[in-house]
Amino acid sequence: MTVIQKKGHSVLALNGDEAVAYAAKQCDVDVVAAYPITPQTIIVERFSEYVHNGEVDTEFICTESEHSALTCCLTAAAVGARTFTATASAGLALMHEILYVTSGCRAPVVMAVANRALSAPINIHCDHSDSMVERDSGWIQIYAENSQEAYDSIIQAFRIAEHPEILLPTLVGLDGFFLSHTLENVGVLPDGAARNFVGQRQFPFVRSHEGKLVPFKLDPDTPITIGPLDLQDYYFEHKRQQEEAMKKAPDVIQKVHEEYAEISGRRYGNGLVESYRLEDAELATICLGSTAGTVKTVVDQLRKKGVKAGLLRIRVFRPLPTQHAIKALQNVKAVAVMDRSCSFGGHGGPVFHEIRHALYDADIRPHIVNYIYGLGGRDMSQRLITKIYRDLTRILETNQIEQSVQFIGLRE
Amino acid sequence: MSTKEKKGWKEIPMAGVCWVPSTAYLTGDWRTYRPIWDSEKCTRCMFCHLYCPDGAIAWKAETNEMVFNYDYCKGCGICEAECPADAISMKLEGEG
Repeated sequence: MTVIQKKGHSVLALNGDEAVAYAAKQCDVDVVAAYPITPQTIIVERFSEYVHNGEVDTEFICTESEHSALTCCLTAAAVGARTFTATASAGLALMHEILYVTSGCRAPVVMAVANRALSAPINIHCDHSDSMVERDSGWIQIYAENSQEAYDSIIQAFRIAEHPEILLPTLVGLDGFFLSHTLENVGVLPDGAARNFVGQRQFPFVRSHEGKLVPFKLDPDTPITIGPLDLQDYYFEHKRQQEEAMKKAPDVIQKVHEEYAEISGRRYGNGLVESYRLEDAELATICLGSTAGTVKTVVDQLRKKGVKAGLLRIRVFRPLPTQHAIKALQNVKAVAVMDRSCSFGGHGGPVFHEIRHALYDADIRPHIVNYIYGLGGRDMSQRLITKIYRDLTRILETNQIEQSVQFIGLRE
Repeated sequence: MSTKEKKGWKEIPMAGVCWVPSTAYLTGDWRTYRPIWDSEKCTRCMFCHLYCPDGAIAWKAETNEMVFNYDYCKGCGICEAECPADAISMKLEGEG
């Protein structure tokens, strides 16, 4: 990919993890608490070097577990700090309980997840099982296609998470090894531009128990309580407020994405979904993350042969951009959703569930099938993606779906 | 606040921030069983006052009565269980 850069901006050779650490370094983060786990380790290593070298003004906490790492971030965010952490796989699973506490306390923690399979058998390579299982935890989820986007998304994530009308923790997924450990040219903003872009945390005012309007943060001078016991009488109302913040998030994500595009020159679709050669496409695949890069190459090859192929990449999975997906697919006749995780015993993977569900409301519903692929880092080759488009062509010709959910790249 | 005064999700602060002090949160509406006091049987030993986990039972000197604060009494029944004179009985709310 060609790095788009503006005058005065540098291009660095960074892998995905380094790009994420570099972004966090530029965002004036007050507290970083983390526990290293492959393939996220480099993020923590690089950031600890920044701390050691005095390049950042950050309290860096080496915790004994991910459960504690996120708890540190959540509580620091509650007193008004800008916080960042990173994890993967089992580390994210260990955070599970605190993911809900973080979103329930409306603590705008930003977290990078170097997506990795869950044990057992033990596997350190990429799939989306770790973050897909957390899709209901009240976190915004952004999936990067490449290291450049991982860098850009982390900077955007602080603005999104900390927006006074949103205040939702935000997760940026980057595919383990495919992105985390692969060197790319990454265009970076000058330090000042990044810092100006994220700015200072702004706090909305809330009514305290003393009847005063005070900033939403824990401060002995203006005491409030965050996240106390909440029973049958109010818990439901607080959950409804989180859903409202999710409903407002797409607008904010798009505005932040557009504002960032002005300073960086880089855009990712409309910020929520990216359509690739979809305008006149009859066949489309849908995927998240780094696979999209390979799919784009295949789409270009097929287009040269006259096949009307396209791709819809879901950049933001939570909140799910339902209407944007329906609109982007309105002229498509056959769709294959690619899932890099498996919902055992469910009818297909999570992305398939949600996209097929969204398309139920479309005026004209396309044929839609699901491919589970790439579990545990299994390669998704151009040949396999070409096969998916070939299958879609046959579905269109015969008007029949033989198997709506199947595995691809798997030995029988 | 009683159940009747509960606010909607658009009116309350986020994340469980309390907009009134905890004393304004009347836990009495959690109650299923209501302690009923029998002045005749009561020896004024004050066990109920000591054992009540909510501090909802007091002795009123002027009238020599045990007074139950139903704004905060959760109806746990500890007073009934501890009363050595069987002067407290728990009755289903609304049955008197």
